[in-house]
Amino acid sequence: MDQFTLNLLFVGASFALYIGIAIWARAGSTSEFYAAGRGVHPVTNGMATAADWMSAASFISMAGLIAFTGYDNSSFLMGWTGGYVLLALLLAPYLRKFGKFTVSEFIGDRFYSPTARLVAVICLLVASITYVIGQMQGVGIAFGRFLEIDAFWGLLIGACVVFAYAVFGGMKGVTYTQVAQYCVLITAYTIPAVFISLQLTGNPIPALGLFGSTESGEPLLAKLNQIVTDLGFAEYTAAHGSTINMVLFTLSLMIGTAGLPHVIMRFFTVPRVSDARWSAGWTLVFIALLYLTAPAVGAMARLNISDLMWPNGTNAEAVSVEQIETDPEYAWMATWQKTGLLGWEDKNGDGRIQYYNDANADLQAKAEANGWKGNELTNFNRDILVLANPEIASLPGWVIGLVAAGGLAAALSTAAGLLLAISSAVSHDLLKGQLTPNMSEKSELLAARISMAAAIVVAVLLGLNPPGFAAQTVALAFGLAAASIFPALMMGIFSTRINNSGAVAGMLAGLVVTLLYIFLHKGWFFIPDTNSFTDADPLLGPVKSTSFGAIGALVNFAVAYVVTNMTKETPQHIKDLVESVRVPRGAGQAVDGH
Amino acid sequence: MSANEDSNAYWSANVRLILISLVIWALVSFGFGIILRPLLSGISVGGTDLGFWFAQQGSILVFLALIFFYAWRMNQLDKEHGVDEE
Repeated sequence: MDQFTLNLLFVGASFALYIGIAIWARAGSTSEFYAAGRGVHPVTNGMATAADWMSAASFISMAGLIAFTGYDNSSFLMGWTGGYVLLALLLAPYLRKFGKFTVSEFIGDRFYSPTARLVAVICLLVASITYVIGQMQGVGIAFGRFLEIDAFWGLLIGACVVFAYAVFGGMKGVTYTQVAQYCVLITAYTIPAVFISLQLTGNPIPALGLFGSTESGEPLLAKLNQIVTDLGFAEYTAAHGSTINMVLFTLSLMIGTAGLPHVIMRFFTVPRVSDARWSAGWTLVFIALLYLTAPAVGAMARLNISDLMWPNGTNAEAVSVEQIETDPEYAWMATWQKTGLLGWEDKNGDGRIQYYNDANADLQAKAEANGWKGNELTNFNRDILVLANPEIASLPGWVIGLVAAGGLAAALSTAAGLLLAISSAVSHDLLKGQLTPNMSEKSELLAARISMAAAIVVAVLLGLNPPGFAAQTVALAFGLAAASIFPALMMGIFSTRINNSGAVAGMLAGLVVTLLYIFLHKGWFFIPDTNSFTDADPLLGPVKSTSFGAIGALVNFAVAYVVTNMTKETPQHIKDLVESVRVPRGAGQAVDGH
Repeated sequence: MSANEDSNAYWSANVRLILISLVIWALVSFGFGIILRPLLSGISVGGTDLGFWFAQQGSILVFLALIFFYAWRMNQLDKEHGVDEE
């Protein structure tokens, strides 16, 4: 059976499974649609949240970004896990006690203001749609690869599949489907990593293999450092970027994690307040299984790629074009070339492909002496690394099919969760909560589905010119959530003083200033060439646009504090509400706020 | 009012626990993983230094321990202060 058929088989079988579950658990009432009747066990909820959370960014993109930069991209690892500490300690139990369906409902009630709720909906939509763009990129790449077509067509096909899939069920359908998706994606991520770790270090646990030794007894990371510096690239384990930027970036990702509506929403679905605390822990257990493997995947893939391009070592001849075209070990290069995400060119016409860092001055002399005319592995999109990884390591065909299914599971589960958050924000908070309170349940569900479709269209349009690799686009979404939603939620719980005007002003200030900073660096609405600055030379010293969320959050806190001090005090019944949210006793089934 | 005093005691115990946890949270990630990494460079782990390990693995393991510790300790506090869910 050829690889194409095998991929189709794996992807098809996994899809049949998800759709089967979605149909079996179809949502009937609005309560089931949003929060699955609150009957979800913490471990089940943890697994579903992990699938919901780990998206194309974590599965497809992150290891690739770590592979090509090394230590500097550790921010993704710390940021996307450390946020769960904030979520478990600062938000989840209290929001569960409050007992409503959506994040904006909490903000609207706590800050006794429909305006606050409206602003929260806007913040949530901006962050979620940016996030969906990143998912669409991942979906496009995965579909592009396994259908062996251009990533652009992959994106369009993927958008249709995501839509068809997301309208099927609500949270309940999604919860059980996501449990299945978690199982698929973690198997798909771990199996190739175990094989590769065994090949390189003899240790079956990739996380241990990363700090283990290669056959020759040399530590894996030391060998990798040696090879990449030989080729003129930055040392893998050393720090190169600005420390301030790395701290801010990590912090943005952490705060953003705790401010993303589709993740917070999951903690409304556990039966009790104490379950919300455990649930955050279980979620991180399931996430950590992938996150402890990811840095190993990155480092080992980087080593394998360098070995393939320099089969006889970095001081011998590079791989020949003929070998790339005929040797089955290199077949993956031709398949990926079809997606337009991998490319090479024999610039000096010597019949070999030299892969090195041509921007490195130290390598100029060597390049001239050998007649090299620049790096000939001209295009290597970071986002293809994880999907190509089993092929790079020459693993069996079924592993490659499994990884394709896993990547799609990751992208689809998150896209579905986000679309659910977007649709509930529009139909439940915006329409039913503000514009047409007398709306029937049926038209609310219809509005929810229409807004899902609209969100996909917007995400595809903006996704045609993505502002970075999938994980970087997603990082921007986290910055926006960090600057707008998280501070409002935290102040709503930990301060009885912050009032309606303070919260509204804070959220708007945080959102606007962060969005502005992103657009100034990435272009207005991500349209190329409309940016005034670049991330290589940012407006504020070392602060890149992906790191600005932490500053935006600080602005939010500060503005809220100042405005609160200048306006009328919070009424007593709201202070009582905050007091009651702080204790678990009396948390019943949550009710619809209308 | 004893009920009110007790709920204040519960809340300040909770806030104290949160603060201690967040100090550890920041120490392993921003501290050992990033800012204090040069100080740990003498301790080598598998071909690199301890700071690299904290940045790519150690911090995640500590985060896990922190969340489970907090959940366990808070459930105890809920009962001690009589605010647990019946």
